[in-house]
Amino acid sequence: MKVYISSDSAATAVGADDVAAALTKHAADKGIEIELKRIGSRGMAWLEPLVEVEIDGVRHGFGGVSPDDVAAVLDNSSDKALGPVDEIEWMKRQTRLTFARCGVIEPLNLDEYRAHGGLVGLTRATSLTGGEIVREVTDSGLRGRGGAGFPTGIKWKTVHDAVAPQKYIVCNADEGDSGTFADRMIMEGDPFSLIEGMAIAGLAVGATRGYVYLRSEYPDAIRVMNAALDIARREGVLGDSVMGSGRAFDMWVRVGAGAYVCGEETSLLNSLEGKRGTVRAKPPLPALEGFLGKPTVVNNVISLATVPVIMERGAQNYADFGIGRSRGTATLQVAGNVARGGLFETAFGMTLGELVNEIAGGTASGRPVKAVQVGGPLGAYMPLSKFDTPLGYEEFDKAGGLIGHAGLVVFDDTADMLQMARFAMEFCAVESCGKCTPCRIGATRGVETIDRIARGDEAAKVILADLCETMKDGSLCALGGFTPYPVMSAVTEFPDDFATAKEAAE
Amino acid sequence: MQSANPASIDEMRAIIEEHLGLEGPLLPILHSLQDTYGCIPEDSVGLMAEALNLTRAEVHGVITFYHDFRKAPAGRHVVKICRAEACQSMGGASLAEETLTKLGIDWHGTTKNGAVTVEPVYCLGLCACAPAMMVDKKVHGRLDRSRVDAILAEAGA
Ligand SMILES: Cc1cc2nc3c(=O)[nH]c(=O)nc-3n(C[C@H](O)[C@H](O)[C@H](O)COP(=O)(O)O)c2cc1C
Ligand code: SF4
Ligand code: FES
Ligand code: FES
Repeated sequence: MKVYISSDSAATAVGADDVAAALTKHAADKGIEIELKRIGSRGMAWLEPLVEVEIDGVRHGFGGVSPDDVAAVLDNSSDKALGPVDEIEWMKRQTRLTFARCGVIEPLNLDEYRAHGGLVGLTRATSLTGGEIVREVTDSGLRGRGGAGFPTGIKWKTVHDAVAPQKYIVCNADEGDSGTFADRMIMEGDPFSLIEGMAIAGLAVGATRGYVYLRSEYPDAIRVMNAALDIARREGVLGDSVMGSGRAFDMWVRVGAGAYVCGEETSLLNSLEGKRGTVRAKPPLPALEGFLGKPTVVNNVISLATVPVIMERGAQNYADFGIGRSRGTATLQVAGNVARGGLFETAFGMTLGELVNEIAGGTASGRPVKAVQVGGPLGAYMPLSKFDTPLGYEEFDKAGGLIGHAGLVVFDDTADMLQMARFAMEFCAVESCGKCTPCRIGATRGVETIDRIARGDEAAKVILADLCETMKDGSLCALGGFTPYPVMSAVTEFPDDFATAKEAAE
Repeated sequence: MQSANPASIDEMRAIIEEHLGLEGPLLPILHSLQDTYGCIPEDSVGLMAEALNLTRAEVHGVITFYHDFRKAPAGRHVVKICRAEACQSMGGASLAEETLTKLGIDWHGTTKNGAVTVEPVYCLGLCACAPAMMVDKKVHGRLDRSRVDAILAEAGA
């Protein structure tokens, strides 16, 4: 009997290892023959620890399993049975392209990876010229999933066209945004897809070396990625002759050191070079003068891990999903106070309300939803009145928000938006790289000003609005430049939280 | 920080040299030093500067920029409690407050018995099973008071 349990950190964090141990022991005690496979995450975090048992070739799920449940799970008498996993509403409603294999195969099993469509894209890429690969990625409409939404193909073309003795592919795996974990899930659950994507990028632009800048807060992802790289090298996916093509590409993991701003691409490059992670002024673009001054592609994990799908299915197939200029799928991360949280991949276009109310089932607390922060700590707080906004780059921009890395953090009505605004400023102050005064000093002033508002100082509201304008205009990067979005959206959309404090003080 | 003895100067030198072939070796060196000594020994700064052709001030500037690197070793276990938004939405802020009060320390503090140092962290990627924390390299999610107490007790706090 085949049994599957996730080894993703969202599963082990809630006891999946204990369940696995109990299952193994129970099976041994009872003489039941089981083959226990540790897989990536299906993305249904609220069901973890999730155990899947293969019955007649179909994987049946058991959700929220504890070690006490294992006997009932194995003899299929458990009241935690969910039926076939693929039939669960959460799974059925998705379009899983980037995450197609995640939670299905063993993360470090290259044969399973191949059996599920892996390496088809890279093999195809080896038969194309760099320019042809770049064209394919451009035609797919893929935009960077790290935050800024810049067209990936255009970035690649700049690096492709640059003439240099050495070029680099750098994967941004700093994933510092709160409410996001898609990068972590792919790296822990389907690491070969990132490796394949980076190898394709290397072939496309003529880069022979790559780095994954991976945050130190993700020890499990670091371990899995390194193990996957060893295997990929041994199996000829990486090295002097990628897939026997005669073209070289190799890559390595580099571990970050706990600085949020190092997710900003130029700060990341400085850090990779062993410098302080301060932001560089642009130009020069990293595409022309990036790592060690050489032309460099910097892309997010999800951008790169999506490239194999595009190469496998063709640009048009990918571009057929989505709305407007947001093509393909969004790998939404539903988090915070939600009944059902996790990774939900779907074509761009679903509305915020549909996602929060239907897919996520509202709050975990059962209380009304108050706000959703979309796009990480630099993203606006979206009120219920904006729930009809479709998930798309331009659509969110129009509504005063941003998609960013597509993380959504849901808050119930007990959330104090003044405190959330204060936190945004505090976070900016803690993480500022120190280069611009409006960010370095302004954020600290912002905290003080919000404290004044909390004490009932009405005049401080004008000062806060001015300060936010200064930060927007005078900051080199989006840390200082976008912190005003969560702050001012809280002020504008939830005025009661800023007014009641005054009334209480009177 | 006490100065390292001559033997460990050699050892530090060896650690540094091991990474000199890398492109951008400084962060890997710093991680390796901290893995070995639990902090970045003061005596290693000059060695790194010399090996990488940097000034001591430049090396210092790099070390102090990053939250991860320490001047002195932490307690026996490092507990990183997530302070970021998703964890806050599930009551993480008060849970963190209570935990610090109970341990009698502030952020970055170490318990009197040296068992535990508590650090803030801004997201562990466990936002769909918040609130979350990490003890050394082990992650914990869906925390509540009693689970935090049990985990800290296990860490000897
Ligand atoms: C303060 C700050 C933090 C950022 N953090 C990340 C991050 O953690 N991961 C990421 O991929 N991009 C991050 N970005 C965006 C990067 O600068 C860059 O746009 C991205 O890595 C490009 O890759 P993409 O085009 O594939 O999205 C951040 C930007 C800023 C200003
Ligand atoms: S806005 Fe802040 S983080 Fe960004 S470059 Fe300026 S000081 Fe650094
Ligand atoms: S991220 Fe574009 S200028 Fe800083
Ligand atoms: S916000 Fe706490 S784990 Fe992401």
